[in-house]
Amino acid sequence: MQVTVNGKTEEMPEDTTVSRYLERRGASPESLVVELNGAVLARTGWPGRILRDGDRLEIVRFVQGG
Amino acid sequence: MSGLTDALAGYLGEDALARIRAVRVGLAGAGGLGSNCAQYLVRCGFCRLRLVDFDVVEAANLNRQFYFAAQTGQKKVAALTENLLRIEPELSVEALAERITPENVLELFGDLDVVVEALDQTRAKILVVESLLGRVGCLVAASGLAGWGDPDALTVRRVRPDFYLVGDETSAVQPGRPPLAPRVNVAAAKEADAVLSWVLAGKGT
Repeated sequence: MQVTVNGKTEEMPEDTTVSRYLERRGASPESLVVELNGAVLARTGWPGRILRDGDRLEIVRFVQGG
Repeated sequence: MSGLTDALAGYLGEDALARIRAVRVGLAGAGGLGSNCAQYLVRCGFCRLRLVDFDVVEAANLNRQFYFAAQTGQKKVAALTENLLRIEPELSVEALAERITPENVLELFGDLDVVVEALDQTRAKILVVESLLGRVGCLVAASGLAGWGDPDALTVRRVRPDFYLVGDETSAVQPGRPPLAPRVNVAAAKEADAVLSWVLAGKGT
């Protein structure tokens, strides 16, 4: 299964949830904004959303400072 | 017509300037990013601004923020309004000394064409982005700009046609990596440039 993450195609095992994918990436989830197929995916939806072939994921990481 | 407006008409042409002048821009935060970004926007002809920040000017801000020593103790939105009016006396500025919360974020920004996220705290940044993405014409945010060196690492990422992210997404403010004028201003200028580019591409009209 292939998912596009931040513009790059990645091979992914079946039944990967958004939460599981983010854990594997090693990013702390509270610092992220996730967009799936052009719409913000609220963090409450991360554990239940299984990634599908052709999904486009954009992950933005926010850090302190402004 | 003010001297600046007249000059900008010469640089950009009347049509482009009219488009810029029609855009309503909100700045979420008037610190290092927001105060400098606002200055650049005003110098590019943006004249309908809403500034939102609950904070006051402190001496510790003067290393990077667009304020002056005599303004310490003033509300940032009031001091920034004063400074922007010194650049362009004919501005329409709404200065709101308020803290942005989940309850008021849509009321504060939901009616605007462009919003610049210029906040300090991660949680507040995420609140603004998650709440406003897709609800305003264009959202420009920043993440990762502390320290010094390698300013070209502060990229502009076009996450989607109405969402730009400036910064390296890693350089957090932390002990040993303070926010300093050059990198903060690179990020603020890139935020302003993203707004300008979006408007001049015809997206704001």
